Amino acid sequence: MNSKLFSNTARFIILVFLQVLILNNINFAGYINPYLYVLFILLYPFAGNQSLFLFLSFLLGLSVDIFEDSGGINAAACLVAAFVRPNLLRFSFGISYDHQNIRLAATPFGSKLSYVFLMVLIHHFVLFSLEMFSLNHILLILKKTLFSSIFTVILILLSLSLFSKKYR
Amino acid sequence: MQQIFNFLIRNKNSILFLLLFAVSIFLTVQNHAFHKSRFVSSANFVSGGIYSWSSNINTYLHLDEYNERLIEENNKLRNIISNINDSISIEKQLDSTSFEGDYLFRTARVINNNFSKVDNYLTLNRGEASGIKQEYGVITSQGIVGIVDRVNKNYSRVISILNSRSRINAQLNNTNHFGSLVWNGKDPNIVQLIDVPRQAPLKKGDTIITGGRSLIFPKGLPIGSIQDFTLDQTQSYYTINIKLFNDMTNIGYVYIIENVNKEEIEKLQETNEQ
Repeated sequence: MNSKLFSNTARFIILVFLQVLILNNINFAGYINPYLYVLFILLYPFAGNQSLFLFLSFLLGLSVDIFEDSGGINAAACLVAAFVRPNLLRFSFGISYDHQNIRLAATPFGSKLSYVFLMVLIHHFVLFSLEMFSLNHILLILKKTLFSSIFTVILILLSLSLFSKKYR
Repeated sequence: MQQIFNFLIRNKNSILFLLLFAVSIFLTVQNHAFHKSRFVSSANFVSGGIYSWSSNINTYLHLDEYNERLIEENNKLRNIISNINDSISIEKQLDSTSFEGDYLFRTARVINNNFSKVDNYLTLNRGEASGIKQEYGVITSQGIVGIVDRVNKNYSRVISILNSRSRINAQLNNTNHFGSLVWNGKDPNIVQLIDVPRQAPLKKGDTIITGGRSLIFPKGLPIGSIQDFTLDQTQSYYTINIKLFNDMTNIGYVYIIENVNKEEIEKLQETNEQ
């Protein structure tokens, strides 16, 4: 239990720092940034306390917001992603989620991809909608969501396979 | 009563979600209102400290470039000084590098700069302790950067001109037709000048400068050159795309402008209104 606590705390801090100091400055093709910190929400223990999880996700988004000067958009996006996670887990992994004994590293690639991609898509859509804050920019929102999502998903899958030994 | 508690306990996650979501929306909306973002900004002790630590490393890598800019600016200033003894002509007063009135300049380093979002901010390593206050203008030697929006003891936050809520008074260099400088959120090198009357003579490549109507920027600071222009739906105002002289994606050191007479002018304008 303690090692879980430690690894999640470390992941929280490292991901926030990685996000605000490096990933926010990539600006690939002018506006495409990966939001790798969603990884914390993806990897948080599936059987953990749901209320605590919601609160931690909020805190994660808020920490990024403070650095980015963006009000509460990341916090809101993380919160939505955390809130819909149980449903997406059931959707992607089916019945095995209900037994609470799956490990992300040991799942088939197809269901892992659908889980990661849907989570990232929802997070990014909320994020960019709130950032623009107007329906006049709906095309720009969708464009940013799509391109940033692809970038983020690739980075997440890469880091998952890079660090998968730890979770086995 | 029992049922209410049961309901609350059963739905505690949804309630927590709604509560926190409301908080984040509140923060977002507040951030969208000019000058009212009180709670969350990067000009605080922790994030300011971390940003200035990382920019210490970053600045070192760009020293060459900063030196070159300084030499360029020195050269420009030298040209002005060497000619100033002869006579001060009207052209020279309107020259983009001379400032009218009493303005005080301070230098600062940019420790964080955004340009990929729709609402972008910069963080500077100077704050109240160095005499910075809200609504001071921020420029570089090449053009304008933004307006100070939030000040902490040692750090301050600047609303970039690349922010959908930034509106800065600007005008043509040749004539006195003026408009508002805004940004459509697309290209960080292109900003828009709107509400320029149809009568204004426009040509591609013309220079746009700051107008003297705001109390923040001195008149005549260079902003950019006209790239193209279109008439709006009413056919009476131009919307002009302006290519910035300043590279907003690469800003190292900036000048912060204080208008010394601002309070006096504001007081005068207030008495006018009454």
